[in-house]
Amino acid sequence: MPASESRVKAGKLSRQQYLDLYYFMRLNREVEDTMARLFRQNKIVGGLYASLGQEAISVGSAYALEKRDWLAPMIRNIGALLVKGVPPRDIFTQHMAKYTSPTKGKDGTSHFGDLDNLHIISPISMLGDLIPVMTGVAMAGRYLGQKIVAMTWIGDGGSSTGVFHEGLNLAASQKAALVLILENNQWAYSTPVSRQVPLENLADRAKAYGISSYIVDGNDVVAVYTTAKEAVERARAGEGPILIEAKTFRRHGHAQHDPAEYVPKEQRAYWEKRDPITLYEKFLTEEKLLDAKGKKEIEAQISALLEKEREFAENSPMPPPELASQGVYCTGPECHDLKPKWERPVEELLPPKSCVEPVWTVEGFGSGIVSSSGSAPIHFGDVPTGAEKPSAPPRPPAKGAAKPRKKPVAKKSARKGGR
Amino acid sequence: MAPITFLEAIRQAMLEEMAADPRVVLIGEDVGVYGGAFKTSEGLLEKFGWERVIDTPISESAIIGAACGMSYLGLRPIAEMQFIDFIACCFNQLTNFVAKSHYLWNAPVPMVVRGPSGGGVHGGPFHSANPEMYFLHTPGFKIVYPSTPYDAKGLLKASIRDNNPVLFFEHKFLYRRIKEEIPESDYTVPLGKSIVRREGKHLTILSYAAMMHVSLEAAAALAKEGIEAEVIDLRTLLPLDEETILNSVRKTNKCLVVHEDTKTGGIAGEIAAILFEKAFHDLDGPLVRVTSLDTPVPYAPTLEEAFLPNAEKVFAAAKDLVRF
Repeated sequence: MPASESRVKAGKLSRQQYLDLYYFMRLNREVEDTMARLFRQNKIVGGLYASLGQEAISVGSAYALEKRDWLAPMIRNIGALLVKGVPPRDIFTQHMAKYTSPTKGKDGTSHFGDLDNLHIISPISMLGDLIPVMTGVAMAGRYLGQKIVAMTWIGDGGSSTGVFHEGLNLAASQKAALVLILENNQWAYSTPVSRQVPLENLADRAKAYGISSYIVDGNDVVAVYTTAKEAVERARAGEGPILIEAKTFRRHGHAQHDPAEYVPKEQRAYWEKRDPITLYEKFLTEEKLLDAKGKKEIEAQISALLEKEREFAENSPMPPPELASQGVYCTGPECHDLKPKWERPVEELLPPKSCVEPVWTVEGFGSGIVSSSGSAPIHFGDVPTGAEKPSAPPRPPAKGAAKPRKKPVAKKSARKGGR
Repeated sequence: MAPITFLEAIRQAMLEEMAADPRVVLIGEDVGVYGGAFKTSEGLLEKFGWERVIDTPISESAIIGAACGMSYLGLRPIAEMQFIDFIACCFNQLTNFVAKSHYLWNAPVPMVVRGPSGGGVHGGPFHSANPEMYFLHTPGFKIVYPSTPYDAKGLLKASIRDNNPVLFFEHKFLYRRIKEEIPESDYTVPLGKSIVRREGKHLTILSYAAMMHVSLEAAAALAKEGIEAEVIDLRTLLPLDEETILNSVRKTNKCLVVHEDTKTGGIAGEIAAILFEKAFHDLDGPLVRVTSLDTPVPYAPTLEEAFLPNAEKVFAAAKDLVRF
């Protein structure tokens, strides 16, 4: 999305919202800079992954969520965690494997979550697995009547995994309230996106699932936020999953150890000129939302906070060895008393109210959206968009014991495509 | 009450748990309108509706992932593998996401993954698997493999109520072949407890699932020759009930393990190690294994018969063992 377009939408944000976005992007970068220093001091136990240049995506998208919503970060989404309410000390202690960390030192990086308060699901290192998990979160939220949205992120690299397909397809078939942010930073470790996927826009993958998609300039935080906000509200309203491709560039290597010499110099130079924080500062200054004094205040606030948080982390102990053998199993209600938050009458889900006729009511076998490619054959039952629909062809018998349906139930076949 | 099949026991367990607890949902391929490939969920959609009986695309990883996500919000999903062989398709989702969740970030995953397993029905190499040991090696799971309708119902109910991910294997050879009278009232069978099916003093035979019945058949034949075999049904493979095993072996001093899983890396090896560590001086003979061959499950009935253990093989091995 060109920057001008985001300015068109700029009027939708309050002054505080503009400044929040700035604060969290700066906080995101300062947290990571602090960790880079800790890494050089050998205080980070394992690897360190940076989101330099991608902060607008983490911050802008997570800022579109409400408190009740759920998110699951990937490795470059520390900004999203900060927006959702994770204190920086949790991120420092995680990386330093401290006993005070959310996982008590059992895992590192952004691999932690909070089921009770912040509604964060911990990722694993295998890419794509969060997509079906967050689909399940969205399904459970709907089941419980909570009207929540689940958001997660995937890279250009992770979008080639099998579970990306399985998860997004299930989400689409379930119309789950899932917003998936595809961060196209153009590099999967050392492999450029052109060598991974023969598509110019990864958002085109959405077509395969019959879901809506957006393409957004990932270095424009206002554009990311307004797009994510629209997607979140559409998902919440029951439109099903939405894919947002945010185009950006990974300015560091895959992790601290990787100098990323495989990246062409011209590409790096181009994107360094498009730093999301620099761009946003320029915008805020032009719009008279931020002046030198205001900027200094924010910087002082962040630096004081991080000093305190870093000190806490550095002074925290390592976990005691005996912790290693603990916690494989949940030992019962005294360990976790699992109670879902019902926001609908439970009776709806119990007989007799839950009883249904076991008959498929999916309308119109083969009468889906006509193929977008003109040369593609039109399959049995397909009708060109806009043409009058013939009456549904006789359905093949549904699997096994299914009885023929009694009356056809209309199904919306045309979906609003994204761009 | 009339005797019910193993399959009906599974169905009843799900039905009763879903009726009692709206947190319980069923998700899998063809579990709804069709009632499951083996009809274990017949009638559940009619009773509980589309939101609780969820037919999915053919996407095992997505089934497990979604069930895991649902469990994080406090539901208790039952995820069905149409055949347990297909659990290989979601190995990563299970072993890396589900199994490690509680240990790493204190997030329990109260879900059951269940499906038909085992051979003897000429299902061929992709519909006959016993994949329990892939998962036994993964900390975080509980693994249940019952042999009777009573246990199947009681253990499945206990699994659904457990706060951990439970892999629940249903031997399809038993589905319609064995019947048992079970109580009408609600009951559970605790996880992690094996049971002595037949008492004896000359040797201990440990087995589970379909092989438990083979072992009992062999024990009956052995009894005619004056050999009293103690037959223990392991029921839960993880956590393993070491106490019952050790108590029996300390009495009989000899141990034979019968399992339908292949030999190398089967649970017999793990049991051997436990006995060497904890009952070395009680053993009067080697630990003997009667298992399937170290091959894929072959299709032809003649080949599958050669592949599987049977009562004759158990009988012969037991006779050899008691000579020590």
